[in-house]
Amino acid sequence: MNLLILVVDDEPDVEQLFRQQFRRDLRAGRFAIEFAQSAAAALENIAAAKDRSLILVLSDINMPGMSGLELLPRAKAVRPDVPIIMITAYGDPETRRKALEQGAEALLTKPIDFGSLRDEINLRVGNAA
Amino acid sequence: MTQPKLPKPRATKSIRRRDKPPQSTKTSARLNNINLEIDRLTSELDEALEQQSATAEILEALSRSSFDLSAILQMMVRTAGRLCKTGPAGIFLLEGDVYKYRAGLNVTETYRQHENQAAIRAGRGTLVGRVAMERRLVQIIDALKDIEYEDKEAARIDNLRSMLGVPLLRDGKPIGVFALARTHVEPFTETQIKLVSTFADQAVIAIESARLFDEVQARTRELAKSLDDLHLAQDRLIQTEKLASLGQLTAGIAHEIKNPLNFVNNFSSLSVELIDELQEILCGVAVDDKTRGQIAELSDMLRGNLDKVMQHGKRADSIVKNMLLHSRQGSGERQPVDINAIVEESLNLAFHGARAEKQGFNITLERSFDSTVGKVDLFPQEITRVLLNLISNGFYAANQDKPEANGGHEPKLSAATKNLGDRVEIRIRDNGTGIPPEVKEKMFNPFFTTKPAGEGTGLGLSLSHDIIVKQHAGSIDVDTQPGEFTEFRIVLPRGAAAIAKAGGGA
Repeated sequence: MNLLILVVDDEPDVEQLFRQQFRRDLRAGRFAIEFAQSAAAALENIAAAKDRSLILVLSDINMPGMSGLELLPRAKAVRPDVPIIMITAYGDPETRRKALEQGAEALLTKPIDFGSLRDEINLRVGNAA
Repeated sequence: MTQPKLPKPRATKSIRRRDKPPQSTKTSARLNNINLEIDRLTSELDEALEQQSATAEILEALSRSSFDLSAILQMMVRTAGRLCKTGPAGIFLLEGDVYKYRAGLNVTETYRQHENQAAIRAGRGTLVGRVAMERRLVQIIDALKDIEYEDKEAARIDNLRSMLGVPLLRDGKPIGVFALARTHVEPFTETQIKLVSTFADQAVIAIESARLFDEVQARTRELAKSLDDLHLAQDRLIQTEKLASLGQLTAGIAHEIKNPLNFVNNFSSLSVELIDELQEILCGVAVDDKTRGQIAELSDMLRGNLDKVMQHGKRADSIVKNMLLHSRQGSGERQPVDINAIVEESLNLAFHGARAEKQGFNITLERSFDSTVGKVDLFPQEITRVLLNLISNGFYAANQDKPEANGGHEPKLSAATKNLGDRVEIRIRDNGTGIPPEVKEKMFNPFFTTKPAGEGTGLGLSLSHDIIVKQHAGSIDVDTQPGEFTEFRIVLPRGAAAIAKAGGGA
C-alpha cells in the first residue's frame, strides 16, 4: 500500500523541514509526502491522488490567492474521506472555530509541534495498514 | 401742598373794636405764618430732591452692565438710612429656606455677628420673618413691647425700637427683606415707607440682574470649558488612533518575524539530530585517531553553535510573543505566573524596545530577585503591560539626566521582587529626575502626562493603576526624591486575579 500525505504551504522551505523531520519514515517507505505551494496546486494534487491512498492533508491557512480556509470545503467536496489538519500562526479562537466548522480535523499552531504531528500521522498510518 | 390757614372772620371782628396795634399784630402773624410755610415747603422740596437724586444714583449703579451686588445693596442701605433718618438698616436675602444678613449699616460688631449667625425663617418672631410670612410691608412700633417679637436679644444689642420691613418680591415670592430700625420709638412716615418700597423694588431688579449676569458668566465659563474638553478629546482620539495603528503594525511585524523564526528554530533543532546521526555513522567508518579526533571536535563545535542558535531563537521567539501579547486587545486569561520570570521578561522587552527606538540608548540594569517569590495567579498580559510601562518610564527618567550636564550621572534601573507570604512585592527603581510633588498628586489621572505632546499618551500610569488595583486587588504606590530617584512599589496578593474577580472588580 502506498500511503500519501499532502502538505500545503506557500513557504518552499516547509518541504525540506518535513523531509528531514520524517526522513526515517520516508526512507523506510512507511508513507510518501507531496508538497503544494498553493491551495490551487493542492487541489490538483488531490485530484491526481485519486488512485492512491491519501491519508492526510496538512494545510497552512494564510496563503496568497486561495487561503487554507477556502481550500478546506473544496478539498472536502472532492475527498470527504480524507482528514484535513490546518496549520496556522494565528491560533485565535475565531480561526479555530471557522476551521472546525468547515470540516477540519484539527488545528495546529506554528511553530509546529512535530511530536504531536507524528502521533497524528502514526494514527492514520496504523488505521490504513 | 396745603393752603396756609387764615384766621376766621369772628376773630377779625373782635380785633376791629380795638385800636391800631391789633392791625399790625395781625400782619406780623400772617408774615410769620408765611415764613414758616416757606420753610416747610423748602424743606419738603429739599427732601424730595434728595430722594430723587438718591434714586437716580442707585438707578445709575444698576444700569452698569457688570456690577457688584454687595456694593449696590450697601449703597441702598446707606441711602435709605440717611433719608429716613434711622439708625441701623440692613438687607436680608433668601438662601435656601433661610434669610441671611447681606448688607448693613450703623450696627455694632456684636449685632453683625448675631445676624451673620442667625438663620431667619418665615415666622412672626422676627421682623424679617414676619415680612417673609406676610409678604407685605410690616411696621413694628416698638420691638420691646411687641408681644410676638421674639428676637428681643437682637433688638437689645443695638437698642432697636421702631422697625420697618419691606419685602423684596420676585413673581410675588419674597427673596429678601429690606429692614430699617430706630433706636427710639417713632413710627415711619408715609414718605419714608414709600421711599423704602422704591428701594426694595430696585433691589429686586439689582438682584435679578446680578443673577442673570452670574448665569451668563457661568454659561460662558462652561462653554469655554467644553471647548477645551473638546480639543482635549480630539487630541486623545488622534493619540488613540495612532496607538491602535501602532498596535496593528506591531502585531503584523511580529507575525512576519515569527514565520522565519520558526524555520530557524525548527532547522537548528533538526540539525542537532542530524549531527547525532552523522556521528553514529562515522563511528562505523575506519579512520585514524587523529581524523576521528578532528571529526569529534568539529561536530562538537557544530552542535554547540546550533545550541546557541536555538537558545537565541527561543529568546527572539519570546520577544515576538510579547510583542503580540502587548499589541493584542482583550485581557486574556488568568493563570499562575512566575513573578521573577515575568519581571525579567519585561526588563528585556523594555530594554530592547528602548534600544530599537533610540540609537545609543544604554542603562545599567540591576536585578534583586527573591528566589522564594514563586508564582501568582494573574493576567500575565496585563501585568507585563504594567511592568513595561513602569520600566519604560524609568528608562526615560534615568536618561533625562544627561551625563554631560550632570557630570558622571550613570542611568540605572533596578528591579526587585520579594516574597511577603500571602502577597508578593515588585519594586522598579530608577535614579532619574524624580517626581515633583504637584506631578505626584496627579500622575495616576487618565491622560496626565509630563512628556512633550506626542511622546506620551498620559494613559500608562492610569491604566497601570487600574490593572493593579481594580483587576488584581493589589496596590501601587510611589516613593520619590526630586533629582535623586523614583521607586514604584507594586504589591499583589497571591490569588490576585481570583480575589479581584470574586470582588467583581475584574
